[in-house]
Amino acid sequence: MDVTVEPPLGMLAELTHRCPLHCPYCSNPVELAAKRDELTTAQWLEVIEAARDLGVLQVHLSGGEPLLRPDLPELVARASELGCYVNLVTSGLGLTESRLADLAERGLAHVQLSVQGADAARADRIAGAKAHARKVDTAAVVRAVGLPLSVNVVLHRANHDQVEELIDLAERMGADRLELANTQYYGWALRNRTALMPTPEQLAAAEPVVRAAIERLRGRMEIVYVVADYYERYPKPCMYGWGARQLTVAPNGDVLPCPAASVITTLDVENVKRRPLGEIWYESASFNAFRGEDWMRDPCRTCDRRALDFGGCRCQAFMLTGDASATDPVCSRSPDRSVVDGILAGEAETVASAGVPDFVMRAPTVTR
Amino acid sequence: MVKPRLRTGVRLTFDRVRDTHVLLFPEGVLVPNATAAAVLELCDGSNEVGEIADRLGARFRGVRVEDVAGVLARFEDRRVVEWT
Ligand SMILES: C[S@@+](CC[C@H](N)C(=O)[O-])C[C@H]1O[C@@H](n2cnc3c(N)ncnc32)[C@H](O)[C@@H]1O
Ligand code: SF4
Ligand code: SF4
Repeated sequence: MDVTVEPPLGMLAELTHRCPLHCPYCSNPVELAAKRDELTTAQWLEVIEAARDLGVLQVHLSGGEPLLRPDLPELVARASELGCYVNLVTSGLGLTESRLADLAERGLAHVQLSVQGADAARADRIAGAKAHARKVDTAAVVRAVGLPLSVNVVLHRANHDQVEELIDLAERMGADRLELANTQYYGWALRNRTALMPTPEQLAAAEPVVRAAIERLRGRMEIVYVVADYYERYPKPCMYGWGARQLTVAPNGDVLPCPAASVITTLDVENVKRRPLGEIWYESASFNAFRGEDWMRDPCRTCDRRALDFGGCRCQAFMLTGDASATDPVCSRSPDRSVVDGILAGEAETVASAGVPDFVMRAPTVTR
Repeated sequence: MVKPRLRTGVRLTFDRVRDTHVLLFPEGVLVPNATAAAVLELCDGSNEVGEIADRLGARFRGVRVEDVAGVLARFEDRRVVEWT
């Protein structure tokens, strides 16, 4: 194989799977890691050091809820000291002003706060907890401490109609950036796909609203809109290529080329407790599995778009076709596109005959 | 509105792994060339474009105000630089 492997730019560190919220759209795996399986502080510090040595410049501290790790300040400090840009990806619960001021002092660069809906009634129903009002307070705390704020909303059938109100809310919260990202169907989200799948009418209604807001807010609040890929003609350029820019470390130390990659059961997953991070990045079978283009099948192999989207998402290909090397079935050129169309038709039919199913809420917090 | 500075949340550092300056911000990483890095290092909200050009002129030959303004305009578009 003739691929130059560049050093990674970013690391998503999933410090824990524990979380006070129960979002049915959560991309965390259905099998959540237990507390006793989490890496220790010393192990996370080693991971951060190894990542920086390897070339990582952006460290996203996420989860689960990263604020549940009492060693968060230490981890922020080390990553920042080493020259990384440290981003906290959080539900915001438990982020007091003194706690955030301390993290900022230790070098935290940015906060990404998730919001589930535009008002407390809707948002709390989706989160499965009384959380919305506290998130609004958290945003004020971020402003008070003076850190840049991105608000992240995962869009789906149960909140898609609120796009306009969500944009207003983000503006009121003082966000510098708003990510409106349609649900990616992994983990809990896959389990809840029927209830989460937006309707074509919802997507069509949101489009002009978002477009107008992008224009209106240009220069004040940047809006990133991620469309629902099941409805698209071409897949997303997943991770900008497998093992190309980013790596994910799961709570137990598993190292994955993308946060969802644990669904690919044919992948030989490595762990930082057993192999050095640098070796995993450059030499492991899992990271090399879909690097470059040699692994591609028809139609990707000769497609004029392969440098744009890298054949789409490997996890989605595996989940929907059973073959991780297949063309992402979302692609209109994929021989398996009928699978996706079949899912869309099937979900719509289920909803038409039996109504929208109840959410299967993300399981109670794992504490074992 | 004449003194450029890095936006909040944007950091310019030197990466010894890649042996180059890097610009870090929420959306990603940019690798500025040597000239751009020199311009950005002077973007602390206290220098006007003309002063930046003068100070760079003392280090590099043939630095023109238009070039500095051009670099800054590109970084403004990419939400790296703002004006105070
Ligand atoms: C898994 S969460 C962990 C951090 C924190 N608990 C939170 O929700 O912000 C990481 C980020 O992924 C987003 N996210 C969660 N599930 C998703 C899904 N199915 N598709 C796309 N984004 C998702 C969240 O909104 C959040 O910004
Ligand atoms: S998406 Fe929701 S349930 Fe999942 S980790 Fe974040 S806050 Fe917790
Ligand atoms: S055939 Fe493959 S490379 Fe071409 S557009 Fe579809 S997924 Fe992308």
